[in-house]
Amino acid sequence: MRGFLPIVIAVAVLAVVPAVVHSNVVLNFLVVALMIALAGQGWNILGGYGGQYSFGHAAFFGTGAYVTAILQVHYGVNAWIGFAAGIFAGAAVGAIIGGLAFRAGLRSSYFALVTLAFAEVLRIVASVAPITGAGVGLLVKLDLRAQSFQFQSRALFYYVILALVAIALVIAQLLERSRFGVWLIAVRENEDAAMALGVNAFAVKLAAMALSAAVTAAAGCFYVQYFLFIDSGIAYGTWISIEALLTPIIGGAGTVFGALVGALVVKSLGEGAKLVTGDVPGLDLMIYGAVLIAVIRFAPRGLVGAFADLHGRLARRFMAPQPPVREALRG
Amino acid sequence: MAEPLLSVEHVSRRFGGLLAVNAASLSTPAARITALIGPNGAGKTTLFAVISGFLKPSAGRVRYGGEDVTGEPPHRLARRGIARTFQIVQPFAGLSVRDNILVGAHLRHRARSAALDIAEAVAREVGLGEMLDQPAHTLTVSGRKRLELARTLATEPKLLLLDEVLAGLNPSEIRDIVPVIRALGARGIGVIMIEHVMQAVMSLAEHVFVLAEGRIIAAGTPAQVAADPVVVEAYLGHGAAAKVRSAHVQ
Repeated sequence: MRGFLPIVIAVAVLAVVPAVVHSNVVLNFLVVALMIALAGQGWNILGGYGGQYSFGHAAFFGTGAYVTAILQVHYGVNAWIGFAAGIFAGAAVGAIIGGLAFRAGLRSSYFALVTLAFAEVLRIVASVAPITGAGVGLLVKLDLRAQSFQFQSRALFYYVILALVAIALVIAQLLERSRFGVWLIAVRENEDAAMALGVNAFAVKLAAMALSAAVTAAAGCFYVQYFLFIDSGIAYGTWISIEALLTPIIGGAGTVFGALVGALVVKSLGEGAKLVTGDVPGLDLMIYGAVLIAVIRFAPRGLVGAFADLHGRLARRFMAPQPPVREALRG
Repeated sequence: MAEPLLSVEHVSRRFGGLLAVNAASLSTPAARITALIGPNGAGKTTLFAVISGFLKPSAGRVRYGGEDVTGEPPHRLARRGIARTFQIVQPFAGLSVRDNILVGAHLRHRARSAALDIAEAVAREVGLGEMLDQPAHTLTVSGRKRLELARTLATEPKLLLLDEVLAGLNPSEIRDIVPVIRALGARGIGVIMIEHVMQAVMSLAEHVFVLAEGRIIAAGTPAQVAADPVVVEAYLGHGAAAKVRSAHVQ
């Protein structure tokens, strides 16, 4: 179980927050930040570990959200079943888009553009189709009971999203130490070399995209239960595509904690700026841009990567014996 | 000769108007080191790409272990036991030496611990045992060539295609790596090596094929091929063989 300790510690620390902080504003902020962390962790599986930079994770977030909402509003399905169905639907959409894009051999910026296009098409369809409530959107009936996946207390919502984030962290940790993860990282580093070593690059990317989409779809499902409202601009809007890719890149793409760290930092900066300047529209996006530039310039492996480098440098300096000493001891 | 491990039958590969490989045929049994030589641009690497599935042939067949494997994708051929190195080394630059080799080892071993054991054993075999934790991008040219070799060996191949693994190495590095390659043949692996370092070809290969302008122009033992006037002319130009001979006489 080596490697899981940091996850246990991080989740434990976050789990104490509601016991200490009772402010609904703070809890609301953390719920949203964790929801973005979950969406970002989905992106991280495909983009961070697999090197396939999607600009359209809204397609999965929105599909999860709409499936959860539509099943409840139009078909009276239980919210938890809707939640599970939303995750599966997200994975299916991921597999379809991935199947088409990867079969066509699209890489790097072409892949990014195609995913963006799919998300936009879905947004436009959702803004006119009757089943999605078209331009009006869908309201989920208020029913504050646990069996309806609605809670009176913010703290309970907080624990639900924290549990989902914990699962996403565990998925990334398992990925890093599994054969599938090794293959996925190999595809990121050099697809041709990976294929020469027997890696079915198409199958690996496709599976990663389905998994990635499922995790981001879970964030969309949660969004609906938390806000009880969804429309096409929220579900399939570029805002979520951007936040899902920005948070893991700033936090550290291809690391277990990248998306979580990135979401907490980015969201804190965004909220902090709002407190200082009042609610200036678009300010959060400007902040994201500035942070992104700073991170790419000074910490290209993200905050987690920068921390690991610093830690390694300090450890070498103060803890390990100098190489010549080690040589002398061995000789 | 027993059933060859690999036989390439009249393979051609065309790029637009350029016929890079022209009805080339060759075959090799298991446990033998075969060299594929030829002037620059002869189509050697293209032929390797066809055998390993990275390019589909325009015509002709590739048979491996008695089965027709023409046009199969690289990953399936790797699973069958055909491994290749790249002339321009393709390390997973961001990963450690260990993690690079681990990718190959995972082909036949799902469990991480088993794959790690293989990776370490292979690293020691090619002389990378001390550098397991080093990032691949910090390796020297010689180290990268060894890493290419190690990754493919970790897939436990039956047929190994080595594309100029000695190019760019200095004489002492070549001396270090030649026994490693010789050991592969002795271990039962069929090896085909593209090589320009003739000294190594002479000492390693039992059989040599010469490719020039896409066609196999000669085949035989290293000594036979080196003495073949057609081969000399392919390298040095028309009439060169006669000049070389007369120079020897004087």
